[in-house]
Amino acid sequence: MNKQKVYNSIHYVLLIVLALGTLLPVLWVILSSFKPQSELFRVPLTFLPQKWTVQNYVSSLQAGNFPVYFSNTVFVAVVSTFITVMVNLMAGYALAKYIFKGRNLIFTIMIATLMIPLQVIMIPIFLQLKNLGMLNSLWGIIIPPAATPTGVFLARQYLVNLPDSLIEAARIDGAKEYSIFFRLILPMSKPIVATIAIFSFMWRWNDYLWPLIVITDNKKQTVQQALANFVGQLQINWSDLLAMTTIAIIPVIIVFLAFQRFFFSGIAAGSVKG
Amino acid sequence: MRGSTIVSTDRQPVYHNHMKRHTKGNFHQTAAPLLFLLPNILIFGLFIIVPAIQGLRMSLTEWGVFTTPRFIGFANFVELAQDAVFWKTFSNTIVYSLFTVSLIMVYALALALLLYKNTIKGEKIFRSLFYIPSLLSMITVGIAWRFILGDEMGIINYLLRRFGGSGIPWLTDSNLAMISIIGVSIWAQAGYYMVILIAGLQAIPIELYEAATIDGASRTKTFTAITIPLLRSTLLVVMVLSTIASFKAYELISVMTKGGPGYATKLIVQQVYQVAFLEDRMGYASAMSIVLMLIISIFTLVQFKFSGREQGYE
Repeated sequence: MNKQKVYNSIHYVLLIVLALGTLLPVLWVILSSFKPQSELFRVPLTFLPQKWTVQNYVSSLQAGNFPVYFSNTVFVAVVSTFITVMVNLMAGYALAKYIFKGRNLIFTIMIATLMIPLQVIMIPIFLQLKNLGMLNSLWGIIIPPAATPTGVFLARQYLVNLPDSLIEAARIDGAKEYSIFFRLILPMSKPIVATIAIFSFMWRWNDYLWPLIVITDNKKQTVQQALANFVGQLQINWSDLLAMTTIAIIPVIIVFLAFQRFFFSGIAAGSVKG
Repeated sequence: MRGSTIVSTDRQPVYHNHMKRHTKGNFHQTAAPLLFLLPNILIFGLFIIVPAIQGLRMSLTEWGVFTTPRFIGFANFVELAQDAVFWKTFSNTIVYSLFTVSLIMVYALALALLLYKNTIKGEKIFRSLFYIPSLLSMITVGIAWRFILGDEMGIINYLLRRFGGSGIPWLTDSNLAMISIIGVSIWAQAGYYMVILIAGLQAIPIELYEAATIDGASRTKTFTAITIPLLRSTLLVVMVLSTIASFKAYELISVMTKGGPGYATKLIVQQVYQVAFLEDRMGYASAMSIVLMLIISIFTLVQFKFSGREQGYE
């Protein structure tokens, strides 16, 4: 019994040490963003700000186009999430509930492309977007990555388990195929819609590579691009940069705290079963 | 996993019968499923399939944004074979991937083992805490760590000096820069793989452990004889996903070191971007992409083969 107690305390100590190592870097950035510029690198460094200030936030919001980048990113993340959910749920529904020629082939091809990193095809994608006149347009960031193999996979997985008899009953009542989807399937798919929506939002909010390929116009850039540009300068204004970084990470942490259970079930569904 | 069980209610057996009876008859429709698939296939074809094929074609050409493409056969690949910078980024990519993937697997497994049993207080909170870095974009992760590891003003070197040591050039020494990048990659991603491994560990039937305890098996024995073999398919998923992720590491490096010092931390993906968009040699960069794609396929195939051969169950 005593041995168990020793085990348990070692277990806890280990967890606490590792958790501190995981969290302190994030906390250090957030706390430092509330230090006045004069205090940021003043020796001796202190963990908490000596004098709390929001000056860095005010100046980074006033300087340059940060509010524009922020609203671009909100627009891209929200609209993309909506489109991603619809496009993938419909595809998942077709693959889960209909039998037709080429069904397995289509699904296999989609899953196989998970192995192609965007980086590998980024050059032809750039040319494709150029041909379609989608460069320097937020739609060029929104539409191309909306059809995700993971999204189709999650939707299909979920919808396969929905009872066919409901769909049949609706058909017998004379419902059209599209109204079965919108009136019956969509409302029943809330958990998977939530999962796909959350992951889509997070991914779009954090995405850097698509905007990097598509956008060169300064006014159309996203928050992540702005951060990357800012940190690429020779003289980095760390006070402003840390404030902007904090603004960039707060939305994802809020989404995470609000929808935690969808995160873990979504990751497990997308990986273990796949 | 849990998401998909939410709607399968108590009436499920009935549905099951229906499904079997009717799938071939009533559900045989062509127009409707194709319409539902259309938006997806359109986007997918236009922006994944076509570019993938186009990329293959481009690798055989000399191609700049504003010039007409010219077919040059395998000349790009011949040039690539003699390109010292490319080989440097090639070996960097391999080193970075091998270390990042293997260390992530060890660390994420350790975290999962500490947190899967649902027995200690606060387990869920710990899981969430360890997951937090996975929420952050690699750009913000890079910024945070550049701030922390800075030579002169970073907190770590400050603490080292404060307690009598000297500062360490985390990001400006060739070897240390690679080590720092690998360390930060592990810090940023381990929580995600921990979640996958926890799900895998929880899927192992508890009876097996109980039987092992009754038989008097030691902890080590239980771990090597039950946990690891039954976790093998989950470990494979983690290995494949983290390998693919490691070949994509673009953002973190461009923020933390820009591939430097020199070419010390430059990976193939950085070189592809540089050559394609800054030097405007799209054909040559496409050839590099093809090589990168080949490496990824080989790595993944080897991983599947390797873990498939020893798999005695399923």
